Amino acid sequence: MWKWIQKLASPKVFFETTNKLIPWFLWPFIGLILLGLYWGLVVAPADYQQGESFRIMYIHVPSAWMSMLVYFIMAVVGGIGLIWQIKMAQVVAKVSAPIGASFTLIALATGAIWGKPMWGAWWVWDARLTSELILLFLYLAYISLNNAFDDPKTASKASSILAIVGLVNLPIIHYSVKWWNTLHQGSILEDISKPSVHPDMLWPLLIMVFAFQFLYGLLLLLNARDEILVREQNSRWVRELVTGE
Amino acid sequence: MTKRQNRMVLVALLVLGVSLTGYFGIKAFNDNLLYFFTPTDITESKAPIGKSFRLGGLVVTGSVIRENMNVTFSLSDNNKTIKVSYEGILPDLFREGQGIVATGSLDGDLFLATTVLAKHDENYMPPEVAEALLNSSAGE
Repeated sequence: MWKWIQKLASPKVFFETTNKLIPWFLWPFIGLILLGLYWGLVVAPADYQQGESFRIMYIHVPSAWMSMLVYFIMAVVGGIGLIWQIKMAQVVAKVSAPIGASFTLIALATGAIWGKPMWGAWWVWDARLTSELILLFLYLAYISLNNAFDDPKTASKASSILAIVGLVNLPIIHYSVKWWNTLHQGSILEDISKPSVHPDMLWPLLIMVFAFQFLYGLLLLLNARDEILVREQNSRWVRELVTGE
Repeated sequence: MTKRQNRMVLVALLVLGVSLTGYFGIKAFNDNLLYFFTPTDITESKAPIGKSFRLGGLVVTGSVIRENMNVTFSLSDNNKTIKVSYEGILPDLFREGQGIVATGSLDGDLFLATTVLAKHDENYMPPEVAEALLNSSAGE
C-alpha cells in the first residue's frame, strides 16, 4: 500500500493513472445524472407547499454539499502536500479550488432563485447564507494566492495554509441552521433514520449527490492531468508524449 | 526533530489555533448571529425596543385579518404571541400555521412590520401525504 502511494507521487505514474481512471468516473457520472434528473424532474411528485419549485433542490443541495466536501479535501490534501512535500498532493489541492468555487456559486445562485418566490427575498444575511458566501470568498482567495507566486512550491505552501485556516468555516456552515435562528431551513438529513424529505423525493436527491461526486472526480482528473503536463513540461516523458517520439 | 515533523507540529498548531479562535469568535458573536427574535424574547425584553429588528414565529391559525392591503395576524412561538400589522404584498408561502420572519419595530404591544419573509421548513412531501398526515392528526 505504502509503496503504491509512493509510486503515485511520481508525476508520470500519476498522469498514467488519471488516464486509466477517467472512464471510471465519466460513465457513472453520465448514467447517474441522467437517472437523477429524470427521476427528480419528471417522476418525483410535486411538494405540498412549494409545488414544482422544490425541484431546484436537486441541483442546490448536491452543489452545497459538494462545495463543503471539496473544500475539506482541498484543505486536507493541501496539508499533506505541505507536510510531506508531495507534488501530486499540491496539484490535487490546486485544481480542486476552481471546481469547489463553481459548486459554491451554483449553490448560492440556485438558492437565490428559489428564495425570491418562496421567502420573498433573493438574499438575506442569515448565518447559513453568509457563511456559504464566506466559503466562496475563501475559494477565490485560495485561487488568487495560488496564482500570485511564480514558484509553484511557494504558491502551494501559502495557499495550503489559507485553506487550513478556512477549515473553521465548514462546521459553521453545517451547524449554522442549528446553532442560530436562520431563515434557511434545517438540514434534511438531521436524523438519518427519519429524513424530513419523503422517500419518493429523497431517492433522486441521493442519486444526484452521487452524480455530483463522480463529476468532481472527473473534473479533478481532467484538470490534474493538464496541471501535471504544464508543471512537468521540461521533463523527458512529457516531451516524448507530446512529440510522439 | 526532523524538518517534516517540524512542519507537522506547525500544521497541528495552526489547526488548534484556528479552532480556538473560531470557538471564541462564535461565543462572542453568538447573539449577533441570530437572524430573528422570537415572541418570547420580546416579552422577556431581550429584543431591542425603539429600533428595527426581525421577529420570527408561526402565523396563528385563524388570526389573519385582511383589510385592503393591510394585514394583521398573530405570531407565536408556541409560548408567547405578538400581534403584527403589515401593509404590502405577502410571499407565496405566507399562510396560517406557516413560519415567517417579519422586519419592523414595536409600537406598544403591536409589531409594525415593513417586510415579511416566509420561512420554509425542511419537510418535503407530496400533497397526498400532507393531507393524510393532516387527517390522521385531526382524528386523534
